[in-house]
Amino acid sequence: MDNRPQTREGIANTLSEAAYGFHNRLMMIPPYRWISAALAYSGISARALLILPPYLWLLLFFLAPFIIVFKISFAEYAISQPPYTALFELIDDVYLQIRLNLENYQLLFQDDLYWRAYLNSVKIAGISTFLALLVGYPLALAMVRAPRQWRLALLMLVILPFWTSFLIRVYAWIGILKKEGLLNLLLLNMGVIDQPLTILNTDIAVYIGIIYSYLPFMVLPLYASLEKMDESLLEAAADLGSRPVKAFWQITFPLSLPGVAAGCFLVFIPAIGEFVIPDLLGGSGTLMIGKTLWAEFFSNRDWPLSSAVAVVLLLLLIIPIVVFQKMQEKNRAL
Amino acid sequence: MAVSGNVVRKKWEPWNDPQARPHVQLIGVSKRFGEFSAVDNISLDIFKGEFFSLLGPSGCGKTTLLRMLAGFEQPSEGQILLEGVDMAGVPPYRRPVNMMFQSYALFPHMSVESNIAFGLKQDKVPKAEIAQRVEEVIDLVQLSSFAKRKPHQLSGGQRQRVALARALIKKPKMLLLDEPLGALDKKLREQTQFELMNIQEKLGITFVIVTHDQEEAMTVSTRIAVMDQGRIVQVATPTEIYEYPNSRYVAGFIGDVNIIEGRVVEVGDSYLNITSQQAGCSIRARHAVDVPAGATVWIALRPEKLVISLEAPQDTSTNCMAGEVWDIGYLGKLSIYHIKLDSGVMVTVAQTNRTRDLERPITWEDRVYLTWTPDAGIVLGQ
Repeated sequence: MDNRPQTREGIANTLSEAAYGFHNRLMMIPPYRWISAALAYSGISARALLILPPYLWLLLFFLAPFIIVFKISFAEYAISQPPYTALFELIDDVYLQIRLNLENYQLLFQDDLYWRAYLNSVKIAGISTFLALLVGYPLALAMVRAPRQWRLALLMLVILPFWTSFLIRVYAWIGILKKEGLLNLLLLNMGVIDQPLTILNTDIAVYIGIIYSYLPFMVLPLYASLEKMDESLLEAAADLGSRPVKAFWQITFPLSLPGVAAGCFLVFIPAIGEFVIPDLLGGSGTLMIGKTLWAEFFSNRDWPLSSAVAVVLLLLLIIPIVVFQKMQEKNRAL
Repeated sequence: MAVSGNVVRKKWEPWNDPQARPHVQLIGVSKRFGEFSAVDNISLDIFKGEFFSLLGPSGCGKTTLLRMLAGFEQPSEGQILLEGVDMAGVPPYRRPVNMMFQSYALFPHMSVESNIAFGLKQDKVPKAEIAQRVEEVIDLVQLSSFAKRKPHQLSGGQRQRVALARALIKKPKMLLLDEPLGALDKKLREQTQFELMNIQEKLGITFVIVTHDQEEAMTVSTRIAVMDQGRIVQVATPTEIYEYPNSRYVAGFIGDVNIIEGRVVEVGDSYLNITSQQAGCSIRARHAVDVPAGATVWIALRPEKLVISLEAPQDTSTNCMAGEVWDIGYLGKLSIYHIKLDSGVMVTVAQTNRTRDLERPITWEDRVYLTWTPDAGIVLGQ
């Protein structure tokens, strides 16, 4: 009985010594020795090694293609394969000639088609983001307030549409919105209208499509931020004399602002460059930059110009992305 | 339940005054969640200026009772009257009652100042008055230098003060405190208990506090309601609860106690004679419960009321248990002895260490005798 603790301690000591010794000996064996020596020599930590793959991924599949697009945007349209002129040319074997063609960018600002398309995209994305917030907030709030055992099912319902192809879901809206579509049929039969409404191929159809498609991106961050909220805060507000509606604006809404911001950005950013929805649901008058880009690239085969359109679009999107990033950091700091 | 002696000094005991009008009255209040009765037919009077504790283990319904007072829950049955006004259907935001939450529930996006001012802003109090009253309350809880901070920049103790200040600023008729000191460490808790008492005395507001910490309840309260499974077992002052518990549950819940089973042999005018096989002696105790001869009773003996001795007293047949020292706990100011009686029952004795050195200290496996006066034992019926 007396020497038992001693023994146990002894075992623990031997074990930890053994583990330590094993690790040390492992470091002496060639492949490990080289790796650890190289790491120690270069000053790279194991942590850096771990986050290297995602960086490499981004470098290979995001930054490198972007540099190619950026390069093409300074080229000239040519009837050749590939359909643009080279940027670098070696003349007389000694002169490196760089031909930067700024005409594409000039055109973007001169031809009002392009800047109108940009502006219109921002407008459509902005309005749909706001409408998605109006629809999504009550949804998220209702989900959070629902009995606990329902919440998972409700979350699943929000995510469920993702199981069907995006394209097919947008296509389905044509069947609903067209002149002899389901919506008009319903309204006519109910006697609400006596002439079918023209919704398909208008901006309204584009709004409907964007709000429908991006609603989960609005609801999920809102849900996450509302669910985090301590219920007793609302009780405290009520206890101090705040009616439920007032308490919502004083407590719930301000505390959900990070979720509101996240949701808005997640809808706004992809909506700006949206191509499928305006193409399928919008009319010929619906100007959006994604559609213009498509036409430039596939119909006109003007790679340099469409590259310039893409570069400007990306620069346009970087602003909200950076703002979003900053806000996220600020939230994390809290 | 009269406390003997001590009639000369005038005492503040509105609950013993039949003329006094209760501040809060609970009449047959029950709260059921489905099949489960969280609060079961509770009737209770709380008087103005009281520091009233609801004490019980978790799940005994004390928090539900508090939430009914605040208006977050509606009673399934019964009435709650505040100054004679029925509170049924009055929502929390219209009750002249404020609550301090267990989690403090401070608004994380507001500064200390705005948190405290929140209640007054809801009532559209003029700005100048808000500023002045916020300053007063911030001074009261000694947070002047933290007014501009956000809750996450405060320590636990400071947050607790903000919560208290926020609940006090509207000068409620009653302040409800849900485990107000639960999140603080022991030292801070003890210090804060006295601060709470001072503030309560200064403002004269009725405090109703929910706690599972019996020491806390004993320290701060004018009266304690001990609860068990949705019912109130006993309502009395801390002294009465400790010295005159009305049941084995209360005796066991408040403080340490040895409970010994016995059988009444003789019922005298002022005393009972009890034989106990567990104690191994006959017990003489003050006559406090109505029991016939032959009935089984329990005698509650507080560890500090037993006297431990190595020498046998003159009379070993009455109020004297003999046993062997099984374990000793030396706590500095006192020593705890676990004694195994001849009947096999374990008994705890606490003795103050009055002297620094003893010629012959009590040690393991010593045969000892435990004696007590007839007043010390509490006789409890079924």
